[in-house]
Amino acid sequence: MPNMSPKKNEMPSQAPDIRNKNFLEVALGYTEEQAIDEAQRCLNCKHKPCVTGCPVQIDIPAFIKEVAEGNFDAAYDVIAKSSSLPAVCGRVCPQENQCEGKCVRGLKGEPVAIGRLERFVADYHNAKENVKVNKPECNGHKVAIIGSGPSGLTCAGDLAKMGYDVTVFEAFHLAGGVLVYGIPEFRLPKAIVQKEIDGLKALGVKFETNMVIGKVLSIDELMKDYGFESVFIGSGAGLPRFMNIPGENLKGVYSANEFLTRVNLMKAYKEDSTTPIQHAKNVAVVGGGNVAMDAARCAKRLGAENVYIVYRRGEEELPARKEEVEHAKEEGIIFKLLTNPVEILPDENKFVSGIKCVEMELGEPDESGRRRPQVKADSEFTIDVDSVIMSIGTSPNPLIRSTTEGLETQKWGGIIADETGLTSREGVYAGGDAVTGAATVILAMGAGKTAAKAIDEYIKSK
Amino acid sequence: MYKIVKKKELNPTVTLMEIEAPFVAKKAEPGQFIILRVDEEGERIPLTIADFDREKGTVTIIFQIVGATTEKLNHKNEGEFIQDFVGPLGVATHTEGLKKVAVVGGGVGCAIAYPIAKKLHDMGCEVHSVVGFRNKDLVILEEEFKNASSELYMMTDDGSHGEKGLVTDALRKLIEAGNKYDQVIVIGPLIMMKFVCLLTKEFGIKTVVSMNPIMIDGTGMCGGCRLTVGGETKFACVDGPDFDGHLVDFDEAIERSSMYKPFERHAHESTCNLFSKEVK
Repeated sequence: MPNMSPKKNEMPSQAPDIRNKNFLEVALGYTEEQAIDEAQRCLNCKHKPCVTGCPVQIDIPAFIKEVAEGNFDAAYDVIAKSSSLPAVCGRVCPQENQCEGKCVRGLKGEPVAIGRLERFVADYHNAKENVKVNKPECNGHKVAIIGSGPSGLTCAGDLAKMGYDVTVFEAFHLAGGVLVYGIPEFRLPKAIVQKEIDGLKALGVKFETNMVIGKVLSIDELMKDYGFESVFIGSGAGLPRFMNIPGENLKGVYSANEFLTRVNLMKAYKEDSTTPIQHAKNVAVVGGGNVAMDAARCAKRLGAENVYIVYRRGEEELPARKEEVEHAKEEGIIFKLLTNPVEILPDENKFVSGIKCVEMELGEPDESGRRRPQVKADSEFTIDVDSVIMSIGTSPNPLIRSTTEGLETQKWGGIIADETGLTSREGVYAGGDAVTGAATVILAMGAGKTAAKAIDEYIKSK
Repeated sequence: MYKIVKKKELNPTVTLMEIEAPFVAKKAEPGQFIILRVDEEGERIPLTIADFDREKGTVTIIFQIVGATTEKLNHKNEGEFIQDFVGPLGVATHTEGLKKVAVVGGGVGCAIAYPIAKKLHDMGCEVHSVVGFRNKDLVILEEEFKNASSELYMMTDDGSHGEKGLVTDALRKLIEAGNKYDQVIVIGPLIMMKFVCLLTKEFGIKTVVSMNPIMIDGTGMCGGCRLTVGGETKFACVDGPDFDGHLVDFDEAIERSSMYKPFERHAHESTCNLFSKEVK
C-alpha cells in the first residue's frame, strides 16, 4: 500500500541563520527510514511519465521500487545504468522542471522527491569503502574529451564503460569544470565531485590537467599526431558577459565566474587561504539564475551584512531552481526584483560605492515567452554597496573554434552540432554549454551521453 | 609536476627559472604567457614567457619577488618541482613585416621585452633597445640585450649605470635624431608604458604595450583581467596581452592593479615570517 501523504518528506538541513555563516553542505540528506518512507509514495506508474522528463532517462520507478524495499545497492545499479554522476544530479538538477514536474503525485499535492531519493542512493553507495569496479577490457580505440565538466565526464564515463581508451583534457589544474569552480561547496561538496572523478579513473579514464586545448594542442593535432579517432568538445560556456554600463571596471566589480572561482576553486572561503578576495559589507549580485544565487549566498557566508539580488524581471521569471531561491531567501538574501542597474558608482579611490538602478515593469511576452521588462519613468534610485557581482550569463569560449578549421559555429559562438552531437568536422562531436550556451548540468550530461553513443557507432563503422 | 632545471638570481629581487614543460615549449612564442601554481594550496599567477627551448622542452620565466606566491616560488631550488604550469596563453607579439623597431623595457619588464627583441633581431629587423632600471644593482639581461639589438641604450634613474634618466628621455632623443620606427614595443611598469605612449603619440608612431593585469584562469573565463581599449572592454588573457598602447586606458588599469595591494602586502609579510621561522 503506497504512502498517500500529499507532501514530500522534508530533507533535514542546517538552520538558515547557522548555515549562512559556514560553507558546509546546506541539505543533510534523508536517513534510510525517511528514504524508504518517501519511496513508498511512488505509484510505480506503468507509463513512467517521470522518465520522459529526465535528460538521461534513468528508470526512476525501478530505482524507487528498490529503495522502497530497502535494496539500496540494487537501486544504485539501476541509476548507474543511465547516469554517471548521480550524487551530483541529486543535488543540482532542476527536478521541478524535469522528472518531478511530470510526476503523477504532483497533480494532487507534491511529487515524489525523486531528486532527494537519487541523492540518498548515490550517497549510500559512495559511503561504502572498496566498491568493486568492473573495469571493462580496453578495445584500443582512443577518444579525447575536451573539458571535464558534466558533459565531458558523462561522455568519458559512457565510453570507458564500452571499453574505449579515453583521455580527458582540462584547462584548469583540477578536473570537474563548473562542478568545482562554479557550484559552491555548500551546495555540492567537492569531495563528492572528486569521488565521481575517482570512479571514472577506476574505469580507466585518464585525466590531463593544465591542458588548454586550442593553445597547447589543437584538435587536428590530437587526431593526426596523437591517434585520437574521435574528439568530444565539452568546453562549456565560460566567457562572462558584462552589461556595458558605466563603472563596470571599478575595483570591487566581479564577474560571477571570477568571484565563484576565487571562492570555490581557489578556496578563498577558507580562513587561511592565500587567495585574495574582497570581504564586502554590502553586495549587489546582478542576475536571477542559479549562478547568481550561488554568488549571493557565498558573499553572505564571507560575512556581508546585506546581499541583494538585482533582477530585471519578477519572481515568476527567476531562472534559478526554486529550492535555491527559497534557500537564498531563508538565508537573508534581499531580492530587488523588477530592478535593473544603469550605473555603478565609484568612491574617491575608484572602489564601488553604490549601484544606480531603475525600476522595471513587465510588458508583453518576448521571444523567450517571458514578459518583457521595460523601464518605469522617473524611478531611478541607488543602493549603497561596496561590491557588485555580474551574473548575467556566459558565452562559449572561442579558444577551440578559433583554432579548429572547418568547425562551424553560430554567430554568438555556440558550436553547431546535430542531434547526435556531430559537428561539421568528421569524428568531432560536441555537447553541453559549448553547443547550447549556458544551461544546466543535467542537459550537458544528456548531451554527453548522446554523443558517447554516436562516437561508439562512428568508430565501429569505420 | 614541473621540474625546475635551472635557477639563477639576476638581482636581489629578480630570479630566472628554467622549467621543464615540453608541451608549452613546443608552442611558445614571444609575447605569450603561462600561469603557474607553486604548490597544492597556491594561487594561480600569470608570468610572461622570457625564453623557451623547443628541443630541451623547457620554458624560462623571470619574476620579481613582490608577493606571497613569488616569495614561495623563489624558495624552490633547482631539481625541485612546481605544481602547475599552463600555457602558452594569450596571443603572440605580431612581428611580421617589421623592419625597424624600438624595444623599450623597464625593470623586470625587460624579461619580456628581451625575447621579442631577440625574435626581431633574428629575423633581420633593426632593433634599438632602450632599457631602464632604478640603479645598477637592478640591471638584468644586459649581455642578452646587447646581442639582440643593433643599438642598446641603458638608462638608470640615478645614473649609476649607463646614462642617467628615464627611458622616455632616450626614446625622445632617438626619435628626434630622425630614427623612423615602424613600431615601438614597450613593456614595463604601467606608469612607464603610459608615458612612453604619450610620447610616441606626439610623433604618431604605432606603439604596442604588453599588459600584465590580475588574472586567474588565463582562458577568458573570469574576466578579472579586463581593461578598456579604445572604449571597449577587452580581456588581456585572450585578446592580449599585447594592445595598441595609444588606445589603452592606463589610469583605469593602474587603479585595477591596486585592488588587492593591502592583501598582498599582508600575505607577503606572513609568508616571509613563515620562511624566517623555518630558518630558525
